[in-house]
Formats: sequence, structure tokens, C-alpha cells
Amino acid sequence: MSRNLINEQEVALLLNDVLEKYGYDFTDYAPASINRRVNHLYQLDRFVSFAEFRYRIISDPAYAHRFVEEITVNVTEMFRDPSFYQALRMEVLPVLATYPFIRVWHAGCSTGEEVYSFAILLKEAKLLHKAIIYATDLNTSVLEKGRRGMFRLSQMQQYSRNYMEAGGTEDFSSYYTANYEYAKFREELGEKIIFSPHNLVTDSSFNEFQLIICRNVLIYFNKELQDRVLTLFSDSLEQLGYLALGSKETLNFTKVARKFKQLEGREKIWRKIQL
Amino acid sequence: MTSAPYLVVIGGSAGGLQPVLTLLPGLSTSLKVAVVIVLHRQSHHASVLTDLLATRTGLTVKEAEEKELIQAGTIYIAPADYHLLIESDRTFSLDDSEKVNFSRPSIDVTFSSAAYAYKSKVSALLLSGANADGVEGLIDIHQAGGTTVVQDPLTADVDYMPREAVRQAKIDLILQPEEMARFINTIAGV
Repeated sequence: MSRNLINEQEVALLLNDVLEKYGYDFTDYAPASINRRVNHLYQLDRFVSFAEFRYRIISDPAYAHRFVEEITVNVTEMFRDPSFYQALRMEVLPVLATYPFIRVWHAGCSTGEEVYSFAILLKEAKLLHKAIIYATDLNTSVLEKGRRGMFRLSQMQQYSRNYMEAGGTEDFSSYYTANYEYAKFREELGEKIIFSPHNLVTDSSFNEFQLIICRNVLIYFNKELQDRVLTLFSDSLEQLGYLALGSKETLNFTKVARKFKQLEGREKIWRKIQL
Repeated sequence: MTSAPYLVVIGGSAGGLQPVLTLLPGLSTSLKVAVVIVLHRQSHHASVLTDLLATRTGLTVKEAEEKELIQAGTIYIAPADYHLLIESDRTFSLDDSEKVNFSRPSIDVTFSSAAYAYKSKVSALLLSGANADGVEGLIDIHQAGGTTVVQDPLTADVDYMPREAVRQAKIDLILQPEEMARFINTIAGV
């Protein structure tokens, strides 16, 4: 499945079509990964020519929707990188606790596994009642899954291990009820989460937050788009607010670097020190 | 800063670490190519592998970082739990999408993107392993005009991966681990 049947220039044409016709802008995504995913979809859906593929995307909005969903990456897990959640628990939550009201933006939340993970942290720190988490993604289907708060039961063993590695001390299974294939997470966790569409490429800031979490999203963007989105985050953070990124993402060498200071240790969490 | 004009990509799975440890000490310290190593392993702190490999060579050994310019004389290690892709502008990208061949990093993903970005200016070495990840990538490397190399299956701990490569792809060279460093040094024109 690795053949590059569609070259970079043809992929660029498709992305341009999708932008002009549907308003989704992938033109500043890092090319290698998006090429791979477009080629994967092309083969998966058994197109015989580029022209046919292109025509289908332009003329069939339902298929264009599938295109958008398939070329974006929606791999996620609960308490992914447990040491990161440990750091949020130990270093960030005690500071958030001093605020009368806590506003968190989880950008690029996908199906919501990490959002529920964070809600569990807030719950255990007795902060959930005064918090609100805006969980956004450009992909409306994954948001719908997030809203349901149901994740595959087969994953729970792994998630429970992650939870404990992240310093969790409760019985992880007390947070959900199991039925057949799915684990349904407790209503009270979801009550403080607002799942809503937001496109980091085209939409602007919608509030001021004390914490923005955006993990493994920036790696798919080119340098210019990374800078643009980081500026959006910076503008959406209160003074001394926190920005948390994925384990291979960094603010170093970016436009906003001088406004932030990384927390001690190896976790990818920065604090905004300059407006 | 200029990017490496030529790339050597190395992939291995079960039994793939040993030939890497064998070839590293033989690499010339004035290497004119960049070396990218993708090894399947349990996802834990990647720095353990990077530190281990760094003890075997005077060249710089580091984990590949996203957007980093690929430079000659440097050995890059694919980080655990991400696919490592080569961009046409000769930088790295990371990708945390689904596993390929039950693997992340996947050797196929790195090899195929290297073939696309570096065309004929790439040599790919596939080592010991128990699955066929990397074989499709070798086919892409060959089609793009690059050089395909596999570890001699007789010297591999697990010979499935090199045997599948020989069966499915056009292979230019079959090498013993002891011969690999010299092969890479020669590409560099040393």
C-alpha cells in the first residue's frame, strides 16, 4: 500500500479543490504525511485514475467529507504519555486550583480520550466543578464520538495501566460502566466538556484560557502554519497560562518562543510569561 | 546549513540491533551522507537506544526531530511510537497515525518517503526481522532508482524479513553485517 500513485503536485491540486469548494484548508500541512494518507485513501477506495478521484471529491460532498476525515489523523489514547499527565497533576493543577473558575481548551481533541483523561485529573483534584473544557476538532464525526464518551472496552486494560503510571490511585474501572464492546464514561465527567468544531487553520480565538492542550497536531503542519497556530494559542492564553504540547513538539525556534518558559523536567509544558 | 545530498536508511526488527551495533564502529567520521535508522522496539524512552548507539561511533547520534534539516555525518534514530517521514525539502516529519505492519515506527513509511524525497540518492538496508515491514519500501526505493541492500539471511537472527525482501523486491546487494560500514563509507566517496 505504499506506492505513491498520486504525486505531490496532484495532492496539492486536490487540497486546493477541497479548500475552494469546502473551506477546509490542508494546504499548509507537512507534505510527506498528507501525501501518504491521500495515497492510502486512493488505494483503499479503489480509484483507477487521479481524474476520477478528483472528480468524486469535487462533485460529491459526502465523499469530500470522507476525504477530510481520512486524511486527518485520529489516533489517540487515554493518559497517553503517562508522565505528561503526572506533570499536569503535580505542577499545573495546584496553580489552576487558585483560580475561581478554570477554562481549558483542548485543541485537536479527536475522539476525546485525552479530554476525559484530563477531566478525571480535575475530578480527582476536586476542581471539576469549577472548570470548563472546550474540546475542539475540525472533524465533526470524531466530536460526536467524544460527546458519547464511549470508548472500546478492549482498550481499558492499557488505559488503566496508563492511568496508574500517571499517578492515578483510584480504581480506574469506577469511571465507566462496561457494556459489550464499549466502556461508557460517567456523565459527570462529560458534563464539563463542550465538544465543538473549530478549525485551527481558519478559525480565530474564542476565549481566554488558563490552559491549552494541543498534542500531536502541530507535527502535521508546516513551519509557517505552526507559527500561526502557536500565535493563536499565545493570544488565547491568559498571562501565566499554560500551553501543553505532544511529546515530540516544541516551542523552541518558533515565533512565540520568547513569550514562554518551559517547566522544569522533560515534559512539553510551557508557561506564558510575557503578554 | 546545507542538507545531506545522499541518504542511507536502515531498517530492522527482531535481531536488527546487532548488525547496527556491528556496522556503527566502522563508519568513517568524515561521512558525507546522513544515516537514518528505524528499529522496531517496545515503546519506551527512545533515549536508551540513542545512548546505546552513540557509544559505538564518533559521529553524532540523535533522535530525529520534526522539521529538523537532515545533515551529512549525522546518524538519526526514529523516535519510539511515531512514524518518521522524509520531506522533499530534506527535513524530517513525524506522524502518529495508525501502525503499519503492526509497527510504529514503520520501516515501509520511512523507506517510501525517502524514495520519494531523495529519488536515486538513497540506499536502503533491510536487516533481520520477523515480519515484512520494509519490503514495500525497498520496492519503492528500487523504483525511484535508489540502491537496495539486505542483510545476508544466513547471518540474520530472524531471517524472515531479509528473505521476504529477496523474494519480493529487486535487491542490488546482499551483505554481511561486517561489510555494511564499508559499503556506506564507499557511497560517501571516502
